[in-house]
Amino acid sequence: MSTLSLTSAFTLLLKRDLLLAYRRRAELVNPLLFFVLVTAMFPLGIGNDPKLIQAVGPGVIWVAALLAALLSLDTMFRSDFDDGTLEQFMLSAHPISVLVLAKILAHWMITGLPLFIAAPLLAMMLNVPTDAIPTLMLTLVLGTPVLSLIGSVGVALTVGLRRGGVILSLLVLPLYVPVLIFATDAVKTSIVGIPTSAQISILAAMLVGSLVLAPLATAASLRISLS
Amino acid sequence: MIVRFFHQMGSPRYFYNVAGKMIPWFAISFLLTLIAGIYYGLFVAPPDYQQGESYRIMYIHVPAAWMSMFIYMVMAAAGLISLVWRIKITEITIISSASVGASFTFLALVTGSLWGKPMWGTWWVWDARLTSELLLLFLYLGIIALYSAIEDKRVAARAISILALVGVVNIPIIHYSVEWWNTLHQTSSVTMTGKQAMSTSMLIPLLLMAISFKLYYGAVVLMRARAEVLERDRNTRWVRELVEGEMK
Repeated sequence: MSTLSLTSAFTLLLKRDLLLAYRRRAELVNPLLFFVLVTAMFPLGIGNDPKLIQAVGPGVIWVAALLAALLSLDTMFRSDFDDGTLEQFMLSAHPISVLVLAKILAHWMITGLPLFIAAPLLAMMLNVPTDAIPTLMLTLVLGTPVLSLIGSVGVALTVGLRRGGVILSLLVLPLYVPVLIFATDAVKTSIVGIPTSAQISILAAMLVGSLVLAPLATAASLRISLS
Repeated sequence: MIVRFFHQMGSPRYFYNVAGKMIPWFAISFLLTLIAGIYYGLFVAPPDYQQGESYRIMYIHVPAAWMSMFIYMVMAAAGLISLVWRIKITEITIISSASVGASFTFLALVTGSLWGKPMWGTWWVWDARLTSELLLLFLYLGIIALYSAIEDKRVAARAISILALVGVVNIPIIHYSVEWWNTLHQTSSVTMTGKQAMSTSMLIPLLLMAISFKLYYGAVVLMRARAEVLERDRNTRWVRELVEGEMK
């Protein structure tokens, strides 16, 4: 029996998840489409006054990103739970938290990254000033991984439940709010032209904190869900 | 001796008996402090120089808000203990506390908006303290929902332990929100150290009410925990003997 180093186990798992996602391209596009659709609904719903749209723009983009992340969370462990792969992870010699981190990273690359790439286009459509777009991108690149990380804890807790979807949103959305507050605040301040280093630092701190703690909490939750 | 007491409290049967003896004490001292607190608060304490008589809702609002955070901290501590040592009683403490905590959070939000209407001219603002308190309510509701969704109650208790621990990040946000953000909500007037911003005649009823609310929580959580212990241990002999004893 050959032994696998932790690094290669991590990269193998990451590659596997990305390949699986690539094979199911239709599902891959859904969160992105959802993101674009929700964003497009707001101008239709609140009227086409450019000033109003500009005022709500950053918030709309972030709320849509939040909902898109939430929508895609359930897929993170679902199929692995159904076919028993998750139990095999539990039996492996490697720490589950590291394996989980590979899955979270894959989830972010599948869902967070496309949102990040599509965001400038939507920002233009919502009249967000060009000067503020780099800040929006920065908040997204710092904030969306936090969404995947916090979400993984919620998914791990609800993966064993048959109707976990509604409970998942109840568990995860309150924990998403700090990200939403600081990210939209950063974009709004940058529209006015005030430095945003404070909010960006807090977002970075959230990313570092959840990067350290969330995989551990997820691993513990998975152990409970599979017990 | 104290160590032995804690070991014995881990046993559901012993806990059930001790809790049954403790509840009347909690209930009586709750009523006494409540009456004293309401009397001092509503009749003895002077009206506020700015807010007149309407500040008196503080005697419900502030202790309720304190309780909302206190109970969450109790749940998080109990969650940590049950994850590490798998003690049944702390598992039961978490879920017994959750709905009490949710109701105190709701009470704090409702009294806050009743107080806010005459003072600020609005029922609700998206102010940092109000929003974070609302989030706390959702955290409580999430914990209750997750617990009721999982069939096996021991597994459910461990799941909500983790959730309580993850959600604990919200507590410092609520606590410092009035200092970090300069919004409509007034800053805290009661501190552990340094000079009080409130006159003693107003502070005493507030502290009485705070103690009274804590005693209420003690009584209710013990009652709920007793019921939960009975339900979980319904197939054991001591519960059967207990029920048969009651039947006679």
